[in-house]
Amino acid sequence: MLDQTAGFVTEDGRTIGGVVMEMKNITLRFGGVEAIKDISFDIREGEIRAIIGPNGAGKSSMLNVISGFYVPQDGEVWFHGKKRKPMRPYEVARQGIARTFQNIALFEGMSVLDNVMTGRLNHMSANLFQQAFWKGRAEAEEVANREKVEEIIDFLEIQAIRKTPVARLPYGLKKRVELARALAAEPKLLLLDEPMAGMNVEEKEDMSRFILDVNDEFGTTIALIEHDMGVVMDLSDRVVVMDYGKKIGDGTPDEVRSNQQVIDAYLGVSHD
Amino acid sequence: MSEQLVFAMEVTLNGLMAGVLYALVALGFVLIYKASGIFNYAQGVMALFAAMTLVGIMNGQVPFAHVINAIFGGHITHFGWNVPGVLAIALTVGVMILLAWLVQVLVMRHLVGQEPIILFMATIGLAYFLEGVADLMWGSEIKTLDVGLPQGINIWIDETTFQIFDYGFFIDNLDLVATVIAGLLVAGLVMFSQYTKQGRAMRAVADDHQAALSVGISLNFIWVLVWSLAGFVALVAGIVWGTKSGVQFSLSLIALKALPVLMLGGFTSIPGAIVGGLIIGVGEKLFEFAIGPLVGGATENWFAYVLALLFLVFRPQGLFGEKIIERV
Repeated sequence: MLDQTAGFVTEDGRTIGGVVMEMKNITLRFGGVEAIKDISFDIREGEIRAIIGPNGAGKSSMLNVISGFYVPQDGEVWFHGKKRKPMRPYEVARQGIARTFQNIALFEGMSVLDNVMTGRLNHMSANLFQQAFWKGRAEAEEVANREKVEEIIDFLEIQAIRKTPVARLPYGLKKRVELARALAAEPKLLLLDEPMAGMNVEEKEDMSRFILDVNDEFGTTIALIEHDMGVVMDLSDRVVVMDYGKKIGDGTPDEVRSNQQVIDAYLGVSHD
Repeated sequence: MSEQLVFAMEVTLNGLMAGVLYALVALGFVLIYKASGIFNYAQGVMALFAAMTLVGIMNGQVPFAHVINAIFGGHITHFGWNVPGVLAIALTVGVMILLAWLVQVLVMRHLVGQEPIILFMATIGLAYFLEGVADLMWGSEIKTLDVGLPQGINIWIDETTFQIFDYGFFIDNLDLVATVIAGLLVAGLVMFSQYTKQGRAMRAVADDHQAALSVGISLNFIWVLVWSLAGFVALVAGIVWGTKSGVQFSLSLIALKALPVLMLGGFTSIPGAIVGGLIIGVGEKLFEFAIGPLVGGATENWFAYVLALLFLVFRPQGLFGEKIIERV
């Protein structure tokens, strides 16, 4: 068992801190269907935590519980050492948890820049009139926000499409813009729902590199869902494995890979 | 200068003024459409409701007097005081914000994620409901509205043009005031939606609810804000139109004039609503002036709609609407 507060050092020499988020005995039901059954796990400061499992295992539901889109019937969510009361998604976002979606949710009619700027909404405190007339705090704030946004745009190499309406972009770039918007919020915890779904090999490599760089440069704690096992094993520090709403494995990629239950879930069990 | 040309100039000026009035109504539609993708059928009735409330408050009428009298057998109609115009307007703004909140809590909140057509139907229901409530609250008789806006011919323009063209233009003071009000309103709204965080949040909500939630925008707050703004614009339109032609049921039909304006200007553009209004205003007046006599007149009744139809065929997003982008 890992110590709750103290961190540890990974094989590649990165320091992982204490527990940021802890899910305790989460159960989520849709009518008679139990999507998540009594699952507990934690996410530590600075790590890349993956949630994997076959289709319909309840991975996305779990992410939706963390980001407040679903409210579990049972269990507790602890964030930064405090028990979280049931919250609406926008309240969760204001706590510093940003996310991306499996089926990209961008503001299609707006430019890339505007999309990323929406990620800064909670970093603006000037009032309506200051903003409208460009007076007082508004100017300094806008300049600071634009700087941060440009930094992220540079970082994710989307300078060339800054002014393009998002609806015009190809799928892979949209995924990147969505990541940029989530990053713009300077989240304490970043949730990625299948960041590489539907991408070709080259795009997957790019995205993997960006995820690693984000974690490395900004020290962002990341929880991600992914199907591609190879990618998951390369990227993540620790992995939770789900199957039919239950947790069947939790540990480093190597531990999980050698777990018999996990192998059965992925390859199937022979019935003779 | 030929007499015809001078007359055409006067007609054009009047057309511009009429256009501003149409634009005032169209603005309310654009606001809600931009922020929620809903075509708010009730916008015209909201203008009527706002104007009736304003008159009612100014005259110190007891709201729901008929209902109260029927139940308790009394004969109250007025509180016995008169409220000055500015205060009454402030109170009416309060009522419109309350209405916005009620619409959100009682109707729109329960329809999150529904098809636009469902939301549209809900606003039709809202329109009829509001019409009934307005009558019940303030009575259905025709009322006059006077908040102190100047009315009647502008003497200065009349005399100046008389000296230049030997023909005095008839320009109504109320129209001039309406133009100034509309200008201020548009400037304010454009600044709001382009430069403020609430404005950006509003555009975000219009585009994608899930994504908006994920960046920390409260849908409820934005929708109440948007309906309040639409209520405020409805009040402004109600004041101007109510002053011009009295507060009565037909006030709610000005919404019909806003439709072609929206098709020209685009449903999503605030400046588009203004330009669309001006084109229709000038267009229908000049058309009536030039072609009207040849076809027996009354072209004003249909000109705007024919123009709108042509736009639907050749430029469905309107002059300033968002481009329809499709990836193939």
